[in-house]
Amino acid sequence: MRRAVQSLARFSALVAHQSAASSTSAAAVQAAACVGSRRWFATNSHDIFNTHRHEAHNNWDTEFDFTDANYEKVAEIISRYPTNYKASALIPLLDLAQQQNEGWLSLAAMNRVAKILDMAEIRVYEVATFYTMFNRSKIGKYHVMVCGTTPCMLQGAKGIYKALKDHLGIDYGQTTPDGMFTLGEMECMGACVNAPMIAVADYTKGVEGFSYHYYEDLTPQDVISIVDTLKKGGKPKAGSQHRSKAEPAGAVVDGKWVPSKPGADGMTLTGEPPGPYCRNLDEPAPEQAAAPK
Amino acid sequence: MQRYRGALARLQAVGLQSARGMAAAAQPAPAEDLIEVTVDGQKVSVPKGSNVLQACDAAGKDIPRFCYHQRLSIAGNCRMCLVEVEKSPKPVASCAMPAGPGMVIKTDTPLVKKAREGVMEFLLINHPLDCPICDQGGECDLQDQSMVFGSDRGRFTEVKRAVADKNLGPLVKTVMTRCIHCTRCIRFAKEIAGTDDLGITGRGRDAEVGTYVEKLMTSELSGNVIDLCPVGALTSKPAAFTYRNWELKTTESVDTSDAMGANIRVDTRGMEVIRVVPRLNEDVNQEWISDKARFQYDALRYQRLNVPLVRGEKGLQQASWPEAFAAIARAASKVQGHEMRAVAGRLADAESMVLLKDLMNRLGCGDLRSEAGFADLDADTRSSYVFNSTIAGVDQADAILLVGCNPRLEAPVLNARIRAANLAGVPVAAVGEQYDLTYPVEHLGANGDALDKLAKNSDYMKRLKGAQRPMVIVGAGVLQRADRDAVLAKVAKLVEKGEVVREGWNGFNVLHDAASRVAALDLGFLPSARARASKAAPKLVYLLGADDYSEADVPPTAFVVYQGHHGDRGAARADVVLPATAYTEKYGTYVNFEGRPQSTKPAVASVGDARDDWKIVRALSEVLGAPLPYNSLDDARRRLADVAPHLARRDAVEAPLWLAGEQWKAAGDRKAAADAAPLASAIANFYQTDAISRASKVMAKCVRARQNPIPGLHAASVGN
Ligand code: SF4
Ligand code: FES
Ligand code: FES
Repeated sequence: MRRAVQSLARFSALVAHQSAASSTSAAAVQAAACVGSRRWFATNSHDIFNTHRHEAHNNWDTEFDFTDANYEKVAEIISRYPTNYKASALIPLLDLAQQQNEGWLSLAAMNRVAKILDMAEIRVYEVATFYTMFNRSKIGKYHVMVCGTTPCMLQGAKGIYKALKDHLGIDYGQTTPDGMFTLGEMECMGACVNAPMIAVADYTKGVEGFSYHYYEDLTPQDVISIVDTLKKGGKPKAGSQHRSKAEPAGAVVDGKWVPSKPGADGMTLTGEPPGPYCRNLDEPAPEQAAAPK
Repeated sequence: MQRYRGALARLQAVGLQSARGMAAAAQPAPAEDLIEVTVDGQKVSVPKGSNVLQACDAAGKDIPRFCYHQRLSIAGNCRMCLVEVEKSPKPVASCAMPAGPGMVIKTDTPLVKKAREGVMEFLLINHPLDCPICDQGGECDLQDQSMVFGSDRGRFTEVKRAVADKNLGPLVKTVMTRCIHCTRCIRFAKEIAGTDDLGITGRGRDAEVGTYVEKLMTSELSGNVIDLCPVGALTSKPAAFTYRNWELKTTESVDTSDAMGANIRVDTRGMEVIRVVPRLNEDVNQEWISDKARFQYDALRYQRLNVPLVRGEKGLQQASWPEAFAAIARAASKVQGHEMRAVAGRLADAESMVLLKDLMNRLGCGDLRSEAGFADLDADTRSSYVFNSTIAGVDQADAILLVGCNPRLEAPVLNARIRAANLAGVPVAAVGEQYDLTYPVEHLGANGDALDKLAKNSDYMKRLKGAQRPMVIVGAGVLQRADRDAVLAKVAKLVEKGEVVREGWNGFNVLHDAASRVAALDLGFLPSARARASKAAPKLVYLLGADDYSEADVPPTAFVVYQGHHGDRGAARADVVLPATAYTEKYGTYVNFEGRPQSTKPAVASVGDARDDWKIVRALSEVLGAPLPYNSLDDARRRLADVAPHLARRDAVEAPLWLAGEQWKAAGDRKAAADAAPLASAIANFYQTDAISRASKVMAKCVRARQNPIPGLHAASVGN
């Protein structure tokens, strides 16, 4: 039943998308993207379709070319691979193009990469559609991606999602009307130890200033302050919000940071961990001999 | 065991070892290159480099498969071909596993059955159960194999996915929900057709096969993906919903849409041709045919000449055969034999040409010519106008030079073979206009001067000389030029200097573009010396299916008889029209550009009052008072064999004698100057080359589609 409902939702999204595509104003596209219920995505990516549909800002007449500075980067990237395996540079080049193109790959961008690497265009489309970190439709300045895999889920990813949704007024796949934020869901980013977490791709500063930061150990208040700081042009603290690394300092429980027992540095929530012990990276390495038995 | 060797050598040659096609097929693998494996307790020897699936095939064990195809690279993604190999913990995909010496393979164990059943269950998860409305139904690999490995119920209770259909143009219909992602079509487009347009986008359950951006499949071979697709995802658009395959009667015939003589199977129901599919012939078309050969059949219903017509006051009027003949006799009685002319069209069969030649000669007429405008071609030496290396010879060539030809349009299947050679490392160079041939071509110049330059100790000349088996392919467009002799003399010099013809190898080739041409030249359907010298305009012109005649060949005052099957330019000009049968309705000998005589066979009855071409000529000879002594097809064919003995050896190529370039000397003596126009192909529009394809609506749609192959692409951004 749920599946059927989702299919319906996907269908209506499709219709909305198509009517948006036929209208020429970018604002209408934006608006259409914001209405409607949750979209169905192609394999958890920002895009709904695995085929191209012409849009006012993405069609055969759209242009894309790397800047001179980025062409130098392109040359450097290509030089990393043997000349007869030029196509190996595909993923880094697509990434570069995406950063330059404000976070998404237009048809023109993919075609440009194909041209540079002497590849058939379809081979580039195949790769760009396979990897969900390539966005093929227009995106906000900050791509906020909530991890939705098991450890983060157990530690409260749903609350993070809800906080963002309510605060920004958008659902997954949608962009705020001011074009600042696009919300997305993603799979495990390997930061489970500091779950729950989000990743934010910052496309405001082009290739030079591009950043892709993790924000970990999040409570709903944390995410709200993170996006608010971003909105004001500030730089929220990256990494864990409540500890320095991944040391056993506490955990997010029910949307709140709960430190481990005070004073018990080097302790887990339930008591002293059995050895072997983690080294505290902030301090000089203790003598091996000093370690308790 | 021995029995399988040939087949295996063949498989190996096309599959694993090389993309070179059938070159190695002729030589069986030497014993030391064989390995022995055991399949279900039976020992078989297979060539080194075979895979397990080929070994099983050699043992006569049928391995189910979807993605494996002997002419495509191995993908190993459908997993249907699982077998058990001793010492391997899991079932292995036999197509992707090289056979090793002493391997013990089991194909009929319960484990294998269970594994394949599992694969089948997965394949069917997202496959719609729409066999009753699917055109592939009845000849579908998935359907057949689900009879063996399928379950009678499904365990999948979720919603099946659906995939948007793709628009690949007017020929290939897609129902992408049926696709099982075997990637055969993708590999065909990439490897054989050379138009890298198809791919898989997305991943997981959202993966779909398509072009990503809507665009046409811009290949002249695109129809072959219909045969390759193991399910009903890719089917014929023109024939959609018109037949069920078990209703069809099949006839093995030969294609006449180009000069290659591709082997085809004509499938009919009642009076109608329903589809045309390729037949395997390793020496000619392997298993591909061009889109024109496959899809022009709808024209057999349109524009047909089904009754004799005689021009009266109100234009062409319906008449009976005797009336039509009487009209011709009346006209013929007013002219002398030497005031007549006969022109053979692109689709004329050898029988009718030889009979028409005899008839004309009996009437005292020596002015016979092909429509292409090479009335003064010197066809005394057969090796100067055929494809001497043979089509299969392309596989052995190690340097190819194209002179004024565009094989992609003139013979797309040959082009695929040249492409395969090129992929295997054979350099292709060209003199003449530049064409996109789907593979890189080194362009050495545009016109005759470039040939001169080449012959003068150029760098390329050295390479040509250094090659073991060089090939020079001269396009039909060159033969049609006014300065043909001069150009051919230059080519001759090149051939001589480059030692293109050497012991055991004749690398000089002419690529004709019309089915009738080689037979016409073989039979000497050429003007006599006297007719050549004569400047007088003919008063009676007999067009044997000729629609592309030059205006000069048919003077405006002449009385014109047109014998043919489609109302086209010739019939419109004619004073008397004699309705004849098309290639699907008659026995007719066609000689392909290698000089291989093959015969079409009647698949359907002739339309209306139409008659076989040779019979019409025979009957007419009676009326004109010069009766021909041929009363049956056999008589006509015996006459063929008299005039050109090699035409009696059906389906085989008789290597013509090479006269060490003597014949060129004559051409060179004529000293015509070559003009500077680039050497161009005679064909610009692949889809409409003769009366049949011009009458085809499907071909017309293709032409229109090609004008705009990428919808939404503005001219300004093409070079982006
Ligand atoms: S369309 Fe047919 S040939 Fe192509 S991948 Fe799908 S099933 Fe295979
Ligand atoms: S589960 Fe969220 S980072 Fe691993
Ligand atoms: S035939 Fe072997 S995996 Fe498809």
